[in-house]
Amino acid sequence: MSTDYRPEELLAVTLAKLIRAVPTHHIAVGAASPVPAAACWLAVKQGAPVRLSLLHKRSGNPFTEGTRELFDLTGQGRIDLFFLGGGEIDGQANLNLIGTGAWPGREVRFPGSFGSAFMYFMSGRTILFREEHSPRVLVEKVANISAPGISEPGVYRRGHAQALVTGRCVFTFHPDRGRFSLTSVHEGETVESVRAMTGFDFDVEGEVPQTPAPTAEELALLRGSVCDEMMETYPEFCARVFNRKLAA
Amino acid sequence: MNPTDIESMAASVPDGALIALPPDNSLPSVALAKALIRKGARNLRLLGVPVSGFATDILIGAGCVASVQTSAVSLGEAGFAPRFTAALKAGTITITDATCPAIHTMLQAAEKGVPFMPLRGIIGSDILANRPDWKVIENPFDANEKIVALPALHPDIAVFHGAMADSHGNIYVGRRRECGTIAHASKRALVTVERVVEGNFLEDEKLASGTINATYISAFAIAERGARPAALLDQYGFDAAYVSTYARAAKTDGGFADWCAEHVFEARAEAAE
Repeated sequence: MSTDYRPEELLAVTLAKLIRAVPTHHIAVGAASPVPAAACWLAVKQGAPVRLSLLHKRSGNPFTEGTRELFDLTGQGRIDLFFLGGGEIDGQANLNLIGTGAWPGREVRFPGSFGSAFMYFMSGRTILFREEHSPRVLVEKVANISAPGISEPGVYRRGHAQALVTGRCVFTFHPDRGRFSLTSVHEGETVESVRAMTGFDFDVEGEVPQTPAPTAEELALLRGSVCDEMMETYPEFCARVFNRKLAA
Repeated sequence: MNPTDIESMAASVPDGALIALPPDNSLPSVALAKALIRKGARNLRLLGVPVSGFATDILIGAGCVASVQTSAVSLGEAGFAPRFTAALKAGTITITDATCPAIHTMLQAAEKGVPFMPLRGIIGSDILANRPDWKVIENPFDANEKIVALPALHPDIAVFHGAMADSHGNIYVGRRRECGTIAHASKRALVTVERVVEGNFLEDEKLASGTINATYISAFAIAERGARPAALLDQYGFDAAYVSTYARAAKTDGGFADWCAEHVFEARAEAAE
């Protein structure tokens, strides 16, 4: 029985499963991340004992020592999970938030690295999330590395990418071999269709299942108590995805 | 300490100064950025602490800026910063990319008066490859670890907007403590505030922890809604409509010039009448 759901709802449910797959005490979420934020709230509403620190929460913001506090916490190992994306992401999980062409982004300049060159190393783990799944985003080799997917011996590194979730599929990252494998494909996609839209080579081990569709219980939580929590920080997202608007 | 007026404050900023600015979620003084445009500031070197937003984009658009050191330039929900993007393409500004905690660490080294501080991460990023001023050293306590040493960074001037000043020139910024960091690390701090209130915040236990001591403050000026379109603590919110109107207008040189004439020059002339 398939229930009607929006792509963002499938992505939030899929991310929530990846969050709950590993013991997680403390997650930090940035401003431009409504889908990861929804996934975190869903994991909380499903009973995961997770502390959520939303960087851009205006009322009751968790940080009282300025924006450096997030990085200090992460440096100490107090953040288990962070989310990152990229203008480009390659098959070794290198991220490019700088731009294409010669440094510093002579062709197309992206906004910049933000804290990725630190958070990617020092968070317990990172889930990569990028809705657009196309050969221009998922490239063989990024034009500029703002944060590397793996590090050489002698460089302190606490964590790596756990997975890459896109609008078409879920990849698992293997830091030991520096490659992704295909974990599941979303409804309507196949291994071949994903391969055609991916600029990097990835591993396929056996039969690749379909990403499970959201259940009625998951959708009820997302559209109910998760949306309630998100209204202040992500009003546009709540209006677009959950069709819920702030009372005038 | 008595308040000065914002135009004299802008006049005290020399061309070529290295100016530290907080981003749109942390009390930028958009009012002083506009006054710097009116004064015709040139060759400013801007430091985003740790990223850059609206104030940086309008200063670039008005031709006030030679270089930017930052970890990102963005208008948030309104997208890429249009004047930054155009100036970078035209080659009229240079950018030195950093990563957020590196900016904080360089300023914290300056606060402490030490020549450098180490920071983990960064190694293997092309940011490091493009920062000859950042050095990879051996951890002196563990020969098996390589770590980045970042030099202390002393901006010439810290610029931000406080919620209020008291009779002594102490500035209340609440939890936005990065404003304290840039005030501590910079040679001068020029601050705009919503209002001045009687008394001494340092005598009030609830206010003291969110207050920057006047020791660090060179001058302050009253600028009501001086952070606008950025938010000011719990006092007013982010003006998303103002920023998206700007983002649309500033896509072209002419659009930016019209926006600037209306929102930087005419708005001031009306206020002065």
